[in-house]
Amino acid sequence: MLFETIAKVIAERTDRDVAEIKPESTFAELGIDSLDTVELLMNLEDEIGMEIELDQKVETVDDLVKFIESKKG
Amino acid sequence: MLKGKVAVVTGASRGIGKAIAYKLASMGADIAVIYAGNRDAAEAVAVDCENTYGVRAKAYCCDVSNFETAKETVAAVKADFGNVHILVNNAGITRDGLVATMKEEAFDAVLDTNLKGAFNMIRHCTGLFLRNREGSIVNVTSVSGLIGNAGQSNYAASKAGLVGLTKSIAKELAPRGIRCNAVAPGFIRTDMTEAQAENPLLGAIPLARMGTPEDVADAVAYLVTANYITGEVLRVDGGIAM
Repeated sequence: MLFETIAKVIAERTDRDVAEIKPESTFAELGIDSLDTVELLMNLEDEIGMEIELDQKVETVDDLVKFIESKKG
Repeated sequence: MLKGKVAVVTGASRGIGKAIAYKLASMGADIAVIYAGNRDAAEAVAVDCENTYGVRAKAYCCDVSNFETAKETVAAVKADFGNVHILVNNAGITRDGLVATMKEEAFDAVLDTNLKGAFNMIRHCTGLFLRNREGSIVNVTSVSGLIGNAGQSNYAASKAGLVGLTKSIAKELAPRGIRCNAVAPGFIRTDMTEAQAENPLLGAIPLARMGTPEDVADAVAYLVTANYITGEVLRVDGGIAM
């Protein structure tokens, strides 16, 4: 569920088909740099209605899913 | 010119900050007047902005050196005004003294307000700027930070730090259309510079006078609207640091 939300936001931001976004896709492969990641998180905050303070490095979409899940508790 | 924009000005209850608040209000911006101590003065500035220039304005008490307080203040401004487009980090203090006798507390207090305070405000406004894909930050540094000043090692260090902060943030956020610049005032006639009234450097000002808060406010207004300028440090010093 969270993955689908994230994939949707990434697809919108990067002009890709949502099917292209896989859990193992790295942000680098998707052409998303560190500042893009920050902006992506802001979009996600709006979508899922929680504040996300990214305090660790995330390389793949799955890393981000796991990170947010850990914050949700 | 700035109609519909919301400007946050720290240290805006008096001196240079007050002149900046009035200047940006005169250009049509709504003003968040951030102050640390003098509530009556800050509220008077807000009322002046509203009555004289027909903009919205409100005073907020905030110790900018406190990360969480700065966060809460930015959130309060957003709740009241809906957004933030312009941030002017003007809040500054001095605890002048010779390095041989300077107390640790005097060094920390100056760094905390002048440098960390600016970082805190930028940190908490940047999310809004990124969402808006626009934003203009102006940090008020000092010629002390550019050329040093005996008896002001703490102040000069904080202001030199602001130069590095300004340029780094300018580089980091330029790809998103967010600009960050600084003004570097020289000797400006305010309550805070009364201690400098005997400084022999006053006689060395090429334009042969102290500056006014309005001189600095004009430079801030220029940088706020100068769309192709970022990472610049504009001296407003009568030529003393050239």
